[in-house]
Amino acid sequence: MELKEKLISSFLAFENRVDIDSPVHDVRSEAIKIFETQGFPTKKDEAWKYTSLNSILKHDYSVFPKNENRIEYNDVKKYFIHEIDSYKIVFIDGKYSSHLSQTTHDGLDVCLMSAALNKPKYQLIIKNYFNKIATKDSLTSLNTAFSQEGAYIQIPKNKIVDKPIQIIHFSTGDESALMQQPRNLIVVNENSHVQIIERHQSLTENPVLTNSVTEIFANKRAIVDYYKVQNDNEKASLIDNTFINQKQESHCSVHTFTFGGKLTRNNLNFYQNGERIDSTLKGVTIIGNKQHVDHNTLVHHIEPNCESHQDYKGIFNDSSTGVFNGKVVVNKEAQKTNAFQANNNILVSDKASINTKPQLEIFADDVKCSHGCTIGQLDESAMFYMRSRGIPEKEAKGLLMYAFSNNVLSSVKIPEIKQRITKIIATKLGVNIGFDL
Amino acid sequence: MLKIKNLHASVEDKAILRGINLEVKPGEVHAIMGPNGSGKSTLASVIAGKEEYEVTEGEILLYEENIDELAAEERAHKGIFLSFQYPVEIPGVSVTNFMKTAINETRKAKGLEDMPANEMLKLIREKSELLEIDRKFLSRSLNEGFSGGEKKRNEIFQMAMLEPKLAILDETDSGLDIDALRIVANGVNKLKSKDNAVIVITHYQRLLDYIVPDFVHVLHNGRIVKSGTKELAHELEEKGYDWIKEEANA
Repeated sequence: MELKEKLISSFLAFENRVDIDSPVHDVRSEAIKIFETQGFPTKKDEAWKYTSLNSILKHDYSVFPKNENRIEYNDVKKYFIHEIDSYKIVFIDGKYSSHLSQTTHDGLDVCLMSAALNKPKYQLIIKNYFNKIATKDSLTSLNTAFSQEGAYIQIPKNKIVDKPIQIIHFSTGDESALMQQPRNLIVVNENSHVQIIERHQSLTENPVLTNSVTEIFANKRAIVDYYKVQNDNEKASLIDNTFINQKQESHCSVHTFTFGGKLTRNNLNFYQNGERIDSTLKGVTIIGNKQHVDHNTLVHHIEPNCESHQDYKGIFNDSSTGVFNGKVVVNKEAQKTNAFQANNNILVSDKASINTKPQLEIFADDVKCSHGCTIGQLDESAMFYMRSRGIPEKEAKGLLMYAFSNNVLSSVKIPEIKQRITKIIATKLGVNIGFDL
Repeated sequence: MLKIKNLHASVEDKAILRGINLEVKPGEVHAIMGPNGSGKSTLASVIAGKEEYEVTEGEILLYEENIDELAAEERAHKGIFLSFQYPVEIPGVSVTNFMKTAINETRKAKGLEDMPANEMLKLIREKSELLEIDRKFLSRSLNEGFSGGEKKRNEIFQMAMLEPKLAILDETDSGLDIDALRIVANGVNKLKSKDNAVIVITHYQRLLDYIVPDFVHVLHNGRIVKSGTKELAHELEEKGYDWIKEEANA
């Protein structure tokens, strides 16, 4: 049976299991219909022109993992930013792991999507926010149909959350192949500030496919800083669909660090519903072998006097392939918009390739929009300069590539994340960067 | 220390150096002058080990060892330093971090441990004072947005940090105002000793008033066509290069 048919036929069983009287029953039913009509995207879809899902859809994924697996913290500690105190919401094969999690909280909600979907006290939140900004495309709809578990975070007004929140999904691979559909909902109310770190980590050599959806609502003057650490093994693939709705004067940033995975697709969508909003989208991608990474971004400027900053750097080794498709839409009403986009890439190998495509749709006449894409090799004159100072070729290359990705790191507000990412970059580039950053 | 014998070098099959002979002994300062396109910068790059240049004939010996096959970094580890005519901008790497990396890689090549952090800081402080370099300057990205004078001063600062045996200054005077020239020359002079040597490549006499050469060589069409003492530089300043070209072509 093809994966599409398998998913559709699993839906009935799923619905029966999670309670047919659930308030989101209608939303789910509608979503599975959309998926049934549209199916998985193919290269014929403009948005998927350079990314084929064929190789990852051929596995016989198990949709409902059977066993609950236990993992010891010490075995997976390295996947956490463990140097800092944080809230932790941890899932194993899609199921909440209470012993790895740390959610004791006061005055805010750091809990589970399953609770939010089922408990009456969250009904209003679900009614107001659940599936309100997620688009109706096939993969998002597929996730909506099967949405059951994930992180639910709600920060009330005027609250600076005391420590970052880490959301980590582990897959253990008792199944021969596992498909996961985590669903996160994050609501940050007026004047509040939260930092979130998200990671998907496979602990198995079996194929894992994650189709994740995250909806983030940043209300007036809220500040949300989101960090995605994508350093999974080369049997695991991730389709990340993130939607951010911003109200006036809110500041949201998403940093996406992509080093691992077989196929990674990031659909990152910002909607600016208010004035004087600031949106930041940054990414560092360093991949090799036959890895594939596709960043598909959208910033929709709806109202006047807002800014957006996009800066994605990519380093491609071996036969790896990359895609950057950055779309900026400026509505007629969105005067005085300042939208900046840059995508710079280095191809280290002759066999690596990148397709980069800025897409600007500007309907206002008093705006500043800039974009630039570059694809290049390492600067030979810089190499000679460094080597003439005694820095060997390999280290010089590493330092140059580090420097290339460095200005993306400069906006990271948590020093421990910056250090961690720097270390990963140094390891990826095979160099020992001989100084503290 | 440095012996260059009948050196021929070309880039993309175009011969640029056509038989250079030069010997530099410890403690000496040599000036290499010559018109544009005579091969001065090529000679500097070939000695430093730039890969685009192919040595087609002859040899370069450093302390009697042929360095033809050595990579640029290996030559640096043996004590060769090139002050670039156009220092390269490297955004994202600070001057300090660049120097730490360069020094520790050089030490590693010699089988030494990394320099202790406090020693490194002391060295940086000492050498930046010598070149009258502001502390803030050291945390900026290497050469990025530096003025012409700042770039050249930074080159000599790097030279001071690395303490080379043989320093080649490629048009270090270009783009310098008189104050910067004095600072740079003063830095070079303070670093001079009986054990190291300097090759000054320049177009003009000006720098040689501050860094006084023991020998002056004139390069034309890839060959040294005339050698002399510092008086030759004065003569060139007065009469230009045409008479040299005529003499060489005669």
